[in-house]
Amino acid sequence: MESKKQNYKNILTVVFSIISLIYIFPIVLVVINSLKKKTSISLRPFALPDAKSFVGLDNYINGIQKIEFFKYFGYSLFITVFSVLAILIFCSMCGWYVTRVRNVVTKTLKNLFIFSMVVPFQMIMFTLAKTADTLKLNTPVGIVVVYLGFGAGMAVFMFSNFAKSMPLEIEEAASIDGCNPIQMYFKVIFPIMKPTYVSVGILEIMWVWNDYLLPYLVLDIKRFKTIPIVIQYLKGGYGSVDMGAIMACIVLAILPVIIIYVLCQKYIIEGVVAGAVKG
Amino acid sequence: MKTGKKVVALLSAAVMTAGILGGCGGSGNDAGNAAADTSAAKDTTAAADDGGSSAAGTGSVYYLNYKPEVDAQWQELAASYTEQTGVPVTVVTAASGTYEQTLTSEIAKTEAPTLFQMESESWVDNWGQYCDDISDSFIAQHASAETIQVDGKVIAVPYVKESYGIIYNVDLLNEYFALDNAVVTSVEEINNFDKLKAVADDIQARKDELGVEGAFTSAGLDGSSNWRFTTHLANMPIYWELTDKGVTTATELDGTYVPNYKNLLDLYFTDATCDPALLSGKTGDDAMAEFCDGMAVFYQNGTWAWTPDGDMAGMNVAFLPLYTGVEGEENIGVCSGVGNYWCLNKNATEEDKKATLDFLEWVITSDEGKETLAGKMSFNVPFDTFDGYELENPLFASANAYEAAGKTTVSWIGSQCLPTENWKANLASALIEYSQGTADWSVVEKCFTEDFAKEWATR
Amino acid sequence: MEKTLKKYFPVFVLPTAVAFLIGFVVPFVLAIYLSFCSFTTVSDAKFVGFSNYIQAIKDTSFLHSVAFSAIFTVVTVIIINVLAFAVAMCLTKKIKGTNLFRTVFFMPNLIGGIVLGYVWQLLFNGVLAYFNRTLTYSSMYGFWGLVILLCWQQVGYMMILYIAGIQNISSDMLEAAQVDGASPMQRLFRIIIPSVRPTIVICTFMTLTNGFKLFDQNLALTAGEPSKGTEMIALNIYNTFYGSTSTFRGVGQAKAVIFAVALALIGVIQMRFTAGKEDK
Repeated sequence: MESKKQNYKNILTVVFSIISLIYIFPIVLVVINSLKKKTSISLRPFALPDAKSFVGLDNYINGIQKIEFFKYFGYSLFITVFSVLAILIFCSMCGWYVTRVRNVVTKTLKNLFIFSMVVPFQMIMFTLAKTADTLKLNTPVGIVVVYLGFGAGMAVFMFSNFAKSMPLEIEEAASIDGCNPIQMYFKVIFPIMKPTYVSVGILEIMWVWNDYLLPYLVLDIKRFKTIPIVIQYLKGGYGSVDMGAIMACIVLAILPVIIIYVLCQKYIIEGVVAGAVKG
Repeated sequence: MKTGKKVVALLSAAVMTAGILGGCGGSGNDAGNAAADTSAAKDTTAAADDGGSSAAGTGSVYYLNYKPEVDAQWQELAASYTEQTGVPVTVVTAASGTYEQTLTSEIAKTEAPTLFQMESESWVDNWGQYCDDISDSFIAQHASAETIQVDGKVIAVPYVKESYGIIYNVDLLNEYFALDNAVVTSVEEINNFDKLKAVADDIQARKDELGVEGAFTSAGLDGSSNWRFTTHLANMPIYWELTDKGVTTATELDGTYVPNYKNLLDLYFTDATCDPALLSGKTGDDAMAEFCDGMAVFYQNGTWAWTPDGDMAGMNVAFLPLYTGVEGEENIGVCSGVGNYWCLNKNATEEDKKATLDFLEWVITSDEGKETLAGKMSFNVPFDTFDGYELENPLFASANAYEAAGKTTVSWIGSQCLPTENWKANLASALIEYSQGTADWSVVEKCFTEDFAKEWATR
Repeated sequence: MEKTLKKYFPVFVLPTAVAFLIGFVVPFVLAIYLSFCSFTTVSDAKFVGFSNYIQAIKDTSFLHSVAFSAIFTVVTVIIINVLAFAVAMCLTKKIKGTNLFRTVFFMPNLIGGIVLGYVWQLLFNGVLAYFNRTLTYSSMYGFWGLVILLCWQQVGYMMILYIAGIQNISSDMLEAAQVDGASPMQRLFRIIIPSVRPTIVICTFMTLTNGFKLFDQNLALTAGEPSKGTEMIALNIYNTFYGSTSTFRGVGQAKAVIFAVALALIGVIQMRFTAGKEDK
């Protein structure tokens, strides 16, 4: 029985190895092409770099210089870290509150949050840009408020959904111990919600880090730009695109996110085990 | 690794700070704490903002640039001007293909661009209301190409003149002429569509002998390339029709010369480096790469394809006019016109307007400005202050050679009277369907006749 | 406890609510106002009444894009959720290489839409070139191309959510079921699926809205070709907005409002449908 199960697991490993290889192919394609000469990318996208087309790290160096990658990396990092932190902290508190306190206000809010998720960004982008400009939120600090506001829908929705499945007993016990809601939140609720923090966090990090249109319209682009914005500058006029540099910059841009993910993946498993939530 | 750890550290730090609020049984004073946090964030916003405003009184320039390929040169020029005069000049370039979107958002802001661009007269409908009257400005008075005027007032001044036609690889074509039984033996003999077709067909038939993959580069119908046919080549049939009628614009067409449009397009499709069925996936870069790799002899594009440090820089290139089989086409040169105009934002403050016009005057009169525009950007700049300036770009030389030989320069009246972006997109769709054989030519014809009038009627 | 908690409204809800007001409510209300206007930018709007809406509804290309998006969304919601759940089940069985596989499946999420659209276009056209065709040959090609692309991008994230949900199921319960002699199928349908219902609600809702709102991938992969055959709602709105003169900007805005309201209704129905029992 046990060996049969082990066999089955081994087959699964083999199957998934094959699927993984296929799955990752488009990304490998990006990496391979980032090492090739610009003209070889469009003409022979699938060919491995050969003596004629291999340019080493030229695309990386070229891309970094052309768009001042590291200068804008700072803005991107700042905006992402603080926006995601703000979303996680405020939206989790809000999500828990609207689940626990049920009245007209919280119900309306909750519905509004859910509604905001279905509104396409294109619909409100110009009015959002105008609002942010009027309120002087066109800086890396100000845009955190915009992200918190526009991202609140999804985050509150997810937190409140998880809060629903959390046992009330623990909270009641803490309340009897004399905890005020704020202490209770950070001492009791937060540890339980850890896995949700990670899932929401990953989603928000990816969104903010890769987001192009919102910062492009909201930020004062005379002074501040993010990586996705500057990557767009590698597209020249008249349909010419520096594909080599774009691919190189994309590889560079996703590295931090992959690292965070790899770190958090460990965390997600630990979090689930340590949280010991009974479903 | 470091970045990731930092983020995790920051995350936990923030959480810990919040956690320190006190053990169980503490007082309810914490609300104030959180509120203080929020107001602190607002203070920083205000502070950051103060740092950015310009020196009072002098005025400043904010230029929303249309052309991403010359962004670096504009930045350099702006920095230099600021250094010399103390007037702050900010240049922001809209990412490729997003100019209207960027302008829509930027011009509604409190710190709106003082200087922006229009592509053609058709932009006046949307953006004319933001254009100031600049009839008396230095740039308007020294413009040597036609400005855009509304009610007799100059609202936009062109700053770059461009030409397009069929670019050919001179060395490759000469190699062909040297072959036995070449249809013609010099480029001068190619002076109408029949000759062009004979040459292209022959090159296509003997492509292995010549070491090319086709006479023409792929006529890519992908979005990055289809404007070569929906805007540029489409100029031809309309140009001929308007010329016949003796008018310069129209909102309705008979489509008399659409078969001629088909002539050249069919040639592009059949005598090419790839099967026409694959064209919808071919990009602008593909065609450029094919041409620069010596895989094809002919390539329809314009003067912008050549840049001092681009792939075409080392090549021996020149233009052929866009021959489509119209009677009398032996006398035409290449298509030349202006496609980019400078406009002054009407809503800018008087100081900023003055600063902007002063900056532009400096750009077209100072040696540094002239060297940047005509040299580094390799623009053909239509101001009389540039008279006699030698251009490095061989394509301009070729275009001028036709003019000097007494050929008629084909104006852009055709592309200028195209109704909307929608119309171009529909034509591109029709071309794709035609090229892959899922529709016949009548869908293209319909674009020029029925749809053309309809788009004009509803815009 | 609810009573004490109530007093803490300013701490728990106010920051989010204020930001939400700025980042969504105000722009949204302004956007609705704009849909009744003729405008080039936000600051030059002139009120024109319902004419934008009338034009929007009359536009056949809009209706086509709505239908296309609807079919597309149904197909992707089903495929993504089934695949993501299946993969999550396999990757919670402690097989060798689990962590590596999870990372691989998640990777496509990390790269933004536009560029992957181009990469997939290269891929699809590279394969189709053997048959002398491209993605634009018929709307069917574009449709399945988009389905594959979106599934590839989103299965990974949904998988993570499902994994979190599955790992949350108490092992006692599963063991007890096993002792009771429940078959794997019974365990799946009686214990696992009911236990992850909150996750299913979230995942279907997210894939639903993502499917309807799809824009970047649509633009990069097919750009609506052939002849608007694969044009989805967001792209149709975008093309209306920039495809013509300012008269059409209001029409685009009106289409967006119609779209948002319709999507909200669908969302409400979906939530009722999947989560209904729990709320009662």
